[in-house]
Amino acid sequence: MDPLLKIENLRIELQTRAGVAPVIDDLSFELAAGEAISFVGESGCGKSMTALSIMGLLPEGIGRVASGSIQFAGEELTTASRPRLRDLRGNDISMIFQEPMTSLNPVYTVGEQIAEVLRAHQGLSRRAAWNMAIELLDAVRIPNAKSRVSSYPFQMSGGQRQRVMIAMALACKPKILIADEPTTALDVTVQAQIFDLLRDLRRDTGTAIILITHDMGAVAEMADRVIVMYAGRKAEIGPVEQIIEHPRHPYTKGLISCVPHIHTPLTEEREELTEIPGIVPSLNDFGADSCLFASRCAWRTSDCTKARPKPVSFEGGQIADCWHAEAI
Amino acid sequence: MADPFLQVDNLSVHFALKRKGMFGAKSVLKAVDDVSFSVGRGETLAIVGESGSGKTTAALAVAQLVNAAAGSVKLDGEDVLGVQGDALRAMRERVQFIFQDPYSSLNPRRRAEDLVREPLDSLTDNTKAEKQQIVDELFAAVGLRKEQQRLFPHQFSGGQRQRIGIARALATRPEVIICDEPVSALDVAVQAQILNLLRRLQTEFGLTFLFISHDLGVVQHVSDRIAVMYMGRVVELADRLSLFNSPRHPYTKALLSAVPAVSRKDRAARQRILIPGDPPDPVNLPAGCRFASRCPHVMPICKEQEPMMQNVGTSHLTACHLTEQEEAAV
Repeated sequence: MDPLLKIENLRIELQTRAGVAPVIDDLSFELAAGEAISFVGESGCGKSMTALSIMGLLPEGIGRVASGSIQFAGEELTTASRPRLRDLRGNDISMIFQEPMTSLNPVYTVGEQIAEVLRAHQGLSRRAAWNMAIELLDAVRIPNAKSRVSSYPFQMSGGQRQRVMIAMALACKPKILIADEPTTALDVTVQAQIFDLLRDLRRDTGTAIILITHDMGAVAEMADRVIVMYAGRKAEIGPVEQIIEHPRHPYTKGLISCVPHIHTPLTEEREELTEIPGIVPSLNDFGADSCLFASRCAWRTSDCTKARPKPVSFEGGQIADCWHAEAI
Repeated sequence: MADPFLQVDNLSVHFALKRKGMFGAKSVLKAVDDVSFSVGRGETLAIVGESGSGKTTAALAVAQLVNAAAGSVKLDGEDVLGVQGDALRAMRERVQFIFQDPYSSLNPRRRAEDLVREPLDSLTDNTKAEKQQIVDELFAAVGLRKEQQRLFPHQFSGGQRQRIGIARALATRPEVIICDEPVSALDVAVQAQILNLLRRLQTEFGLTFLFISHDLGVVQHVSDRIAVMYMGRVVELADRLSLFNSPRHPYTKALLSAVPAVSRKDRAARQRILIPGDPPDPVNLPAGCRFASRCPHVMPICKEQEPMMQNVGTSHLTACHLTEQEEAAV
């Protein structure tokens, strides 16, 4: 069966003051229908840019797809016309953003904002769209949806606003839902509620999910496969459990062990946190033909600075772009 | 626990709210309500809670950056709450603060060395040469190079800026440092650097930490004892192992169960406890227990009477009617 989304050798360039920088460099992956895949990495690694490019929402005049292809159900998106993209967005591919306060319009009620999506994409009448909005709010578990539908965003809590965003994104039953750090601004108990909701919706509607996050815990809870990004490049891809069990890229290893985890039962011993020394390279260095992680890597040898590492495949579909992947 | 070095008793912070209309009643938001805890010398007490629980306000009140409505704060047995003038400056010399956001807490128009020296200028009478020597030592202690002293904040990365914030907090050789979410604005890989640094500095300088955080993973890593806050109240206070391994308050249990686990083993061992809904309106708090509206074990008494903190084991305190009954039954 054809994958739902197929990205091949994607390269996205960003125009900066210092010149052109490849913020996504040779990225390929496939997403099957109903699958949940997760992108993780530090800020500036290109996670969000990937999402924006799939949506056709790259910042105009600054970012552009330089080469490669994005195929949605066999249809090429990089060359698609604007009206066609507008048609796809919301209908087939939709997105939830990180900050639920700034991504809702403060001067319209949440009901109007959800209904707008339905009217624009599905041509529903005002009344039908409004009723549908109530149903959707109910589906994302907002208590007393019938009266909350006329609330303004400021009258809702952060968790409720994020639910409204999800309701809006799901209004047209998209085939792909892109969630860009959907819980970063929320408390842990609310985060757990949102994750539960996304899991249930995925089970009920068969929507494929692309989750963008920096939290390995969230990846483990939500996704089937994970793509670890570093400085615009894919560092490692593979099944979540397998990668957490045995990461083959030093950066993945670092990402997992640099965060203190709560083990059950907790013991007197405190794990030493692995530091990833230094900081991410600047945009100017992104295109270099060497391993961009080398300056922060404990496994660094002379090979790493000479050429960009080739992908090394392991069983189960795990692929690590590292010269020392076999040894790790 | 060693003798309490920092002792906070019945601390309350109230914020007056704007009247609703000209004849509206004056209302008060009780951000921190009757909170007590103590920290031993060289110990780390973490305060955890979700946004709006009052953890930062409590810390600000201890540092006298907001005014407390009631209560007392004792530093080494000496009451420091509400002191003014020279006594306040003496207290500030001993209690310093690390802020959450390394971007907005550093003056963008001052050089790194000036920022670190500022507490020395305003709180001590050291000579210029002495101050310079202290600044040099601090830059080395937090892992910054000497030539970076002349740079401005925007020339540093987030992690480096937080190092400047830490160096500034250490400048007067304080005994207590209040860390308000010191790593939550940083990338995960940089968090580890700062957490390890704080830990090293604690032993090196013999510091007592009051550590505010919402991240339970970080809290279990840094703390000796933990206070869990909900809606302005401490609901559970215990040492690290007993809080994480045998939490007693339903809110603490729910909070712990909500943290995503990375390993499959930990995920299987965990029992998910869902707390539906949102916290109550902090201005019109319900009678009784503040957690009652979301608690899976709510009983009639919970909606009438507010539970008091009580001992449920060696230095394990919790405020819940259910554990009260469980304890009585044993």
